[in-house]
Amino acid sequence: MTLLKHRLFWPAAALVTLLAVNMIANPSFARISLRDGQLYGALIDILRQSAPLMLVALGMTIVIATRGIDLSVGAIMAVSGAVALTIIDGAGDANSWGTVMLAIGIAVLVALVLGAWNGLLVSVLGIQPIIATLVLMLAGRGAALLITDGFITTVNSSPLSYIASGYLLILPFAFFVWLAAVVVVGLVERRTALGMLTEAVGINPEASRLAGVRSRGIIWTAYILSGVLAGIAGVIYAANIKAADANAAGYLIELYAILAVVLGGTSLMGGKFSIAGTVIGVLTVQALESTILFLGVPPAQSPVFFAVVVVIVVLVQSPRVHRWGRLLGSRFGSSGGDGKMPPVATPEKQKEVVR
Amino acid sequence: MTTDTDVPALVEMRGITIAFPGVLALDGVDFFLRPGEVHSLMGENGAGKSTLIKALTGVYTIDSGTISIAGERRSFESTADAQQAGISTVYQEVNLCTNLSVGENVMLGHEPSGTFGIDWKGVHEAARGHLTSLGLDLDTRSSLQSHSIAIQQLVAIARAMVLDAKVLILDEPTSSLDRGEVEQLFAVIRDLKDKGVAILFVSHFLDQVYEISDRITVLRNGALVGEHLVEDLPRDALVTEMIGRELSDLAALSSVADREIDRSGDPVLRARGLGRKGVLDPADIDAFEGEVVGIAGLLGSGRTELVRLLYGADRADSGTIEIDGQAAKIHSPRQAMAHRMALSSENRRAEGVVADLTVAENMILGLQAQRGWLKPVPKAERDQIVGEYMDALGVRPADPDVPIGNLSGGNQQKVLIARWLATQPELLILDEPTRGIDVGAKADIQRKVAELSAKGLSVIFISSELEEVLRIAQRVVVMRDRRRVGELDSSAVDLDGLIDYIAHAEEGSVSR
Repeated sequence: MTLLKHRLFWPAAALVTLLAVNMIANPSFARISLRDGQLYGALIDILRQSAPLMLVALGMTIVIATRGIDLSVGAIMAVSGAVALTIIDGAGDANSWGTVMLAIGIAVLVALVLGAWNGLLVSVLGIQPIIATLVLMLAGRGAALLITDGFITTVNSSPLSYIASGYLLILPFAFFVWLAAVVVVGLVERRTALGMLTEAVGINPEASRLAGVRSRGIIWTAYILSGVLAGIAGVIYAANIKAADANAAGYLIELYAILAVVLGGTSLMGGKFSIAGTVIGVLTVQALESTILFLGVPPAQSPVFFAVVVVIVVLVQSPRVHRWGRLLGSRFGSSGGDGKMPPVATPEKQKEVVR
Repeated sequence: MTTDTDVPALVEMRGITIAFPGVLALDGVDFFLRPGEVHSLMGENGAGKSTLIKALTGVYTIDSGTISIAGERRSFESTADAQQAGISTVYQEVNLCTNLSVGENVMLGHEPSGTFGIDWKGVHEAARGHLTSLGLDLDTRSSLQSHSIAIQQLVAIARAMVLDAKVLILDEPTSSLDRGEVEQLFAVIRDLKDKGVAILFVSHFLDQVYEISDRITVLRNGALVGEHLVEDLPRDALVTEMIGRELSDLAALSSVADREIDRSGDPVLRARGLGRKGVLDPADIDAFEGEVVGIAGLLGSGRTELVRLLYGADRADSGTIEIDGQAAKIHSPRQAMAHRMALSSENRRAEGVVADLTVAENMILGLQAQRGWLKPVPKAERDQIVGEYMDALGVRPADPDVPIGNLSGGNQQKVLIARWLATQPELLILDEPTRGIDVGAKADIQRKVAELSAKGLSVIFISSELEEVLRIAQRVVVMRDRRRVGELDSSAVDLDGLIDYIAHAEEGSVSR
């Protein structure tokens, strides 16, 4: 019963059910093989492919907690990928780790500046978050195209290949990237007071202001974090396709990130947020993508399939649906006992109460 | 004999139990409401009155127990279900469409239709009929917001009559009405009672409860204490039932106001000519160590505006502030807090509580904000602060880990006061700290203020209840029409004197 009431129960149940359906439909889904000390399998692929969405959704979680939204994450991914690959392309040795690290560092720095720009519009100038971030959502891809001169910059670089598909110990490197981000953000939010203050600002900005909370700084920080994480996501995406594609990088990822955050139980109204919930939400979205491939859903039908499953998952998590479920249960399950009520008030009984 | 116990009850609630996470809001409560009676539901904040009403109006679903209306078992899944069953509610904050006309509000959803859709003439005629039957003569085409809250409430009652309500619930209907308006409301209530409507009445004003009620049911801590005919329940017995202990606390405070204050040194706060165009005429105020300064005046007299300027919640455009004799610039609440000031807002819900956070998180919010996010209040210190104030202020339920939104108004107020005390202020500004809360919580808060000021804390205390101001403040600043009109020594004036001063004092006739 207490397990049922845990806020992550339904998100986790949805993920487990989705994985179970896959395994029943095709038992090879669950197969994990060890080759050359490295694990392979559909489940491992999900962990690896989650990286860009996980990073973006992590930042989105904190932004949403402040009552905001960040629509520009996809565009920031495009910019960061373009910056990183243009630098590597222009450098002498694309296989040098030093060059690649420098390029990534600059790309993430640019993403930080873009996040700060969003934060400035929202927290200092007081522009509605959806409009403030729409500016960059539209302008960002244009900037990325400028950086790549309108071409798709392709790069062959062994360090980038390692980031995309390399292994650390027995698991994919990309998995460790998002795991590290989740752990760092989780620790910063929950071991310092930042998480609580962020929630306070999201729930009641005026009460927080009167209590002396620096809400401006807190909101700004959230957008900067979102920008930085989208920047890292952009590098990983570019590494995956070995190219900076300003139009395709992070296309619609803002919407998938919002979906993952909501699936994880964080309300779009702001306030209480759950990082563990977002992790579950992202894995659910990613597992669903894999399901479409794994079950061989034809490409023309896959958006509809995706949408139907999302609707089912959302319904399963809805408190109102739970209540209807309980009502149906009590109506059919115990109709005999429930119908018999104690005898209706007799005058004597009422007098007892009156004394 | 409308109050006869043998009349079958119209509403029967038996064994009503409702649990929220961490709180058992109602524990097996029985409640009966008979046709043609006015039945008052009494209890402290957090006793379960609102929860019981919400169970009856379909806002909350009950966890166990039964509700029968006119002998028929009902289960309400929504407020619409309850309205269908003939139950209407008029809340403290009127829930009508204030931008529509009076007539439209009365007939909303029941408009008579003519050849071309709604027959507007018919709407207003029907509305006028319903209003007249309540003894109200209003222009039904005027917009609702052009009328006073009292009229709006009567319109809400007229609307309930259109819905053919057999049960009318009045939740704190009189809290913002003046005496004449209350009389008008009561006349309507008596009229409805004679027509056989069952009326559930909730109010914090004991006089009104005794004036209008036939029967009283008392709740305490979510449980039923007793149901009585009003003539069988003397006031002291009622208060004792409500708070579960004898009420001698308030009397013990009377000495506080007479305490001598040393005003020879620099005051903790000295504001001169503090004002803002269109908000407050330049005003002066001082507060010395260990002094409670009351601010008296009607709603809208500038009381709240003055303290918001002091605290930097709004920017002043004239005047100076000195803290401990040093000039201070206060442009934001953070700066005010840095000068060891604290302001507990009159608007608990919008500017006080952070509803989804726990009681403990709400308590340390101010302290945490002061220290910054990098220095979280250590768990041991936090537990110690929370434990101390839960205890000292008597917060119920005594569980720091429930969301503050689950607490009653009075207990939320105690948590907010704890939030400010935890920042260890030298000047505590309390704006209407006791509004809308019950006798017990009120006494707890007044006692705490007296105790802290005796230890040297300066307090600025705003309240609409003048007795309360006179009881705990040594000095009273009087405001009217957004300006300060004078200042009184509270030991030199009685209640009538203060009322007279608020109504008539001319600027310049300052008595120190």
